[in-house]
Amino acid sequence: MSAKPVIEVENLCKSFGNNHVLQNFSMELNEGENLVILGKSGSGKSVLIKCIINLIQADSGKIKVLGEEITSLNQEELDRLRARVGFLFQSNALYDSMTVRENLEFPLRRHWDKKQREKGAEVAVMNALTDVGLAHTVDMMPAELSGGMRKRVALARTLILQPAIILYDEPTTGLDPITAREINELILKVQKKYNTSAVIISHDMNCISTTSNKVIMLINGTCYAKDTYANLLKSDDPVIREYFH
Amino acid sequence: MKAPNILNSQFLTETGSISRFTARFFRELFKRRQEWEEFLRQCYWVGYKSLPLVAITAFIMGLVMTIQSRPTLVEFGAEALLPAMVSVSLIREISPVITALICAGKIGSGMGAELGSMKVTEQIDAMDVSGTNPFKYLIVTRVLATTLMLPVLSSLSNAVSLYGAYLGVNIRGQVSWHLYWTQVFDALSFGDVVPAIIKTFFFGFAIGIIGCYMGYNSKKGTEGVGRSANSAVVVASLLVFILDLIAVQITDLLGLT
Repeated sequence: MSAKPVIEVENLCKSFGNNHVLQNFSMELNEGENLVILGKSGSGKSVLIKCIINLIQADSGKIKVLGEEITSLNQEELDRLRARVGFLFQSNALYDSMTVRENLEFPLRRHWDKKQREKGAEVAVMNALTDVGLAHTVDMMPAELSGGMRKRVALARTLILQPAIILYDEPTTGLDPITAREINELILKVQKKYNTSAVIISHDMNCISTTSNKVIMLINGTCYAKDTYANLLKSDDPVIREYFH
Repeated sequence: MKAPNILNSQFLTETGSISRFTARFFRELFKRRQEWEEFLRQCYWVGYKSLPLVAITAFIMGLVMTIQSRPTLVEFGAEALLPAMVSVSLIREISPVITALICAGKIGSGMGAELGSMKVTEQIDAMDVSGTNPFKYLIVTRVLATTLMLPVLSSLSNAVSLYGAYLGVNIRGQVSWHLYWTQVFDALSFGDVVPAIIKTFFFGFAIGIIGCYMGYNSKKGTEGVGRSANSAVVVASLLVFILDLIAVQITDLLGLT
């Protein structure tokens, strides 16, 4: 039996002035799958996942997330859907005027009512932080954390609503190899524990080899190749070889 | 020679953009789910945290204004009019405008820098993704807090500057506390106090909108954050003077001068 698609992108186009970033791009993410999008800087990888969550509006094309056409949703429906899609930003995007606890509680204020928050927020925060191994940082400010710790806290924040899909925007960029490896392991641990599907934007080969079930190469705004990491590694195509060797 | 196309100028583009931002503020203001907690937090930051700066400035303003005005009045043998003249000048014009300029510097730049930094580090996007309307949470609360807190700060500034003026009057003269305040309140009328308070609501709104607009639309990384903070102060200060000019014309037309 084939897995159910959780994200379906069809003929997506997005331009900024004369810069055509995405041109008829199509992809599909199946349930429980980790899909890595690989491409040069400026190739439109981040734009793609921002279109998927409707942070950037696509010029044309269809984007279905968990069965719902994201471009046709009203704000209320979009917020409800976004609760089921986590987004790990490249810059972590932790609210720097809030403690780690407040950062994690922030998504709950919109999606949980007051009673739920009073009853379960503390447990949810501690569970998410324990999952990323940072329970002791709960009362610290983001500025007091290292780069790797911030990434983990940001991941804990995306996990707090227990999303079905997580979008990772370059999760290991700017981290040392050891911390990057820890983040890769964390991505796999999270996938196993929460049964999430993920789109991972990366050009870190270690991240791709460790986490991916499938890889899409995004070149000039289109899908140049789509295969497993192992198959792409064996490819004779000079463009693909440039990335993998 | 071809005339410059003023319709393409950056000034008009920016003015249109600020107008759209202001229109969005009013649309979001009346949408349900108010952010009261954040609004109160902003009132605390804008109002309470600005109190010392506004009070010190107001005190010095009252004192200096009195000291500077005395020689001219003495020359015309009108020294007795000093409390009346100083109080009218302070309440009608100087205190509201100086308070607004202080707030444009402190609050406008703070908002520009804070929101600009949130923008370039994707914190505003993160808020959006988490289901919180960032415009409502960040902008509406800040603009509302500035609009409501500026009249409060200006009223405090009025009181402190009049106290400073009392000390100024008594440096070279001898006017009792009771006589001073009697002269001050005799000189002031409804037309002096109320329009001055009303215009501070507009000053506060302008400072909030400009500070938030500059920060919310910040671009080009850390350089953009600095530029946002700077532009927020410059544009808000300029707007304060323009609004003051309009307010004076209106009060004049209404016969309140």
